[in-house]
Amino acid sequence: MAYNWNWGVFLQPTATGDDTYLGWMFYGFKMTIALSLSAWLIALAVGAVVGILRTVPNKLLAGIATAYVEVFRNIPLLVQLFLWYFVMPELLPEQLGNAFKQTNPILQQFLASMVCLALFTSARVAEQVRSGINSLPPGQKNAGLAMGFTLAQTYRHVLLPMAVRLIVPPLTSEFLNIFKNSAVCSTIGLLELAAQGRQLVDYTAQPYESFIAVTLAYLTINVVVMFGMRWVEARVRVPGYIGAK
Amino acid sequence: MISMNKVSKHFGTFQVLTDCTTQVHKGEVIVVCGPSGSGKSTLIKCVNGLEPFQSGEIIVNGVSVGDPKTNLSKLRSTVGMVFQNFELFPHMKIIDNLCIAQVKVLGRSLEQAREKGSKLLERVGLREQAEKFPGQLSGGQQQRVAIARALAMDPICMLFDEPTSALDPEMVNEVLDVMTELAQEGMTMMCVTHEMGFARRVASRVIFMDQGRIVEDDSKEAFFQNPRSERAQQFLAKILHH
Amino acid sequence: MHEFDWSSIPNALPFLWDGMKISLEITLSAVVFGIVWGTLLALMRLSSVSVLSWFAAAYVNLFRAVPLVMVLLWFFLIVPHLLERLFGLPPGSDVRLASAIAGFALFEAAYYSEIIRAGIQSVPKGQMAAASALGMTYGQSMRLVVLPQAFRNMVPLLLTQGIILFQDTSLVYVSALADFFGAAYKVGDRDGRLVELLLFAGVVYFIICFAASRLVRHFQNRLKTA
Repeated sequence: MAYNWNWGVFLQPTATGDDTYLGWMFYGFKMTIALSLSAWLIALAVGAVVGILRTVPNKLLAGIATAYVEVFRNIPLLVQLFLWYFVMPELLPEQLGNAFKQTNPILQQFLASMVCLALFTSARVAEQVRSGINSLPPGQKNAGLAMGFTLAQTYRHVLLPMAVRLIVPPLTSEFLNIFKNSAVCSTIGLLELAAQGRQLVDYTAQPYESFIAVTLAYLTINVVVMFGMRWVEARVRVPGYIGAK
Repeated sequence: MISMNKVSKHFGTFQVLTDCTTQVHKGEVIVVCGPSGSGKSTLIKCVNGLEPFQSGEIIVNGVSVGDPKTNLSKLRSTVGMVFQNFELFPHMKIIDNLCIAQVKVLGRSLEQAREKGSKLLERVGLREQAEKFPGQLSGGQQQRVAIARALAMDPICMLFDEPTSALDPEMVNEVLDVMTELAQEGMTMMCVTHEMGFARRVASRVIFMDQGRIVEDDSKEAFFQNPRSERAQQFLAKILHH
Repeated sequence: MHEFDWSSIPNALPFLWDGMKISLEITLSAVVFGIVWGTLLALMRLSSVSVLSWFAAAYVNLFRAVPLVMVLLWFFLIVPHLLERLFGLPPGSDVRLASAIAGFALFEAAYYSEIIRAGIQSVPKGQMAAASALGMTYGQSMRLVVLPQAFRNMVPLLLTQGIILFQDTSLVYVSALADFFGAAYKVGDRDGRLVELLLFAGVVYFIICFAASRLVRHFQNRLKTA
């Protein structure tokens, strides 16, 4: 029983008739991009704050930041997603919860997915920020303080500019991960790339074409992110600087 | 200018400094030496509060360093410090390294800061390097920039924490020359260093430390001619045989 | 505000435990197969035979570029048909567990191979030279000298990857397998107590993974001081 390849399937109208299958795929692709990028921006902001707090001398703040990271790192992404989507609206004050449940279902899925991916990733970003700061020579902090900088100024002008440069390569892989992790959101019905791929399998008899197309789409995202981040890395490189050790 | 009274410090049960007492008067150059692990770097970092201490008192220019009410940043902006590993900020050009604290801490305008910075670079012989990054300079050049950076703040005194021990031997002298010149101009200095030639040339007094205690605190003549403690004699014998 | 009712959990414990056993079974078999296949991939990647190193690089990069959920879905939707055809299994036989394990193992091998490759490269080149100088073949040098040292350095990373893999097993949810998370979801759905069961699942995962990562860190510190 040979498999009938049919790449023309993408140009056929869908079962519901309002679009082509290629249109479906493109919708999923856009959803994956929008979700991942918005979550990434939040993750960077939250992760930077938490990561910095993990390195400050104040034990209470550092402890809270550590607890944050441990919670988000030790619960599976899928479980976190279900907690945000199914559990959170029930635990909110009733009005707020009901308001959430009455919004457009696609918006509900998107918001839950975005918050989930953002916080899940922020814990990982925080770890990179922390290790970036800690990998700087300890004398740098002293040098900043010795010149009369406050601790905040020392972070702002001395530690963070170097730490940010050091963590561009590890952040690249977190950035790639957020696109891949966004596929988990198909489980709550969000029609992103992987979900559209599955729809195609269900609606057409061409599973291989569908999976190859989705794989190519993810590969494209990977390549674009990698080149983008390499460009960033080159932009921020410090002349003459040979790594911290 | 700097006065220390019975300063003690411990990490857990490990005693790093025990009852250290000494004075540094205006215009004096104090050389602190001693075997590694004797606490000399810790002592000098206590002066500007980079290392906290548990008991005793340090007064710098009338301000108590250990007092929790003291504005440490303000105090530190008046005390220059030079580190063993230079600690220039690698992401900034040389000139920006000299300007950043002038602008952000002292509130000088960028032009004022650049003018001051250029003058000081000129003085340490590195004017042409202003637009380079620290990683593009040799160790000796970086340390001279670090001294200029500290001077840009118009400090009332300077602390040197082993400024030449991370340098290749051929670069030691260019840094010592700058320090000697500074001493001859009357800068108050406290230097942790093993460079006994430098001590002989410019020191007013020599402090010898061992196991967290100040064992000798004497004029350089007395220290070099007849050190009282056995440890100091051994130390000098070893150093001079280099 | 939600009114909590935890009463459906005690009765469901045996069912949840069965689910946990499936999660652990998938984790363990995927770790073992993943490390074996990952080691082979790493050796191919480092080999001087360009076909092998090219194949390994393509394999690793491909699997690292796509989401695990997609791979699992692919295995869930397509592999059973393939197996039926290849081995003449009666249609509808339950190969979900086997295909989930296969999917995980093939996917994780890509990640393991990168860890192992870095581990092999962290062994000083002189070790290989010294082994060859003693007259060992390439295979002997790898097996007796380089790999044992590499694995010792890598143990903490391999274990950490195992913890990540354990968390990822929850994704077999897409193939409707009743692993621990799937079981918790089913019970919650049946009793209308999804909130409680999901919170319970979250806490259980947290305790297991937190404890395991603490153990790994402890072990890592011991290794460092030894």
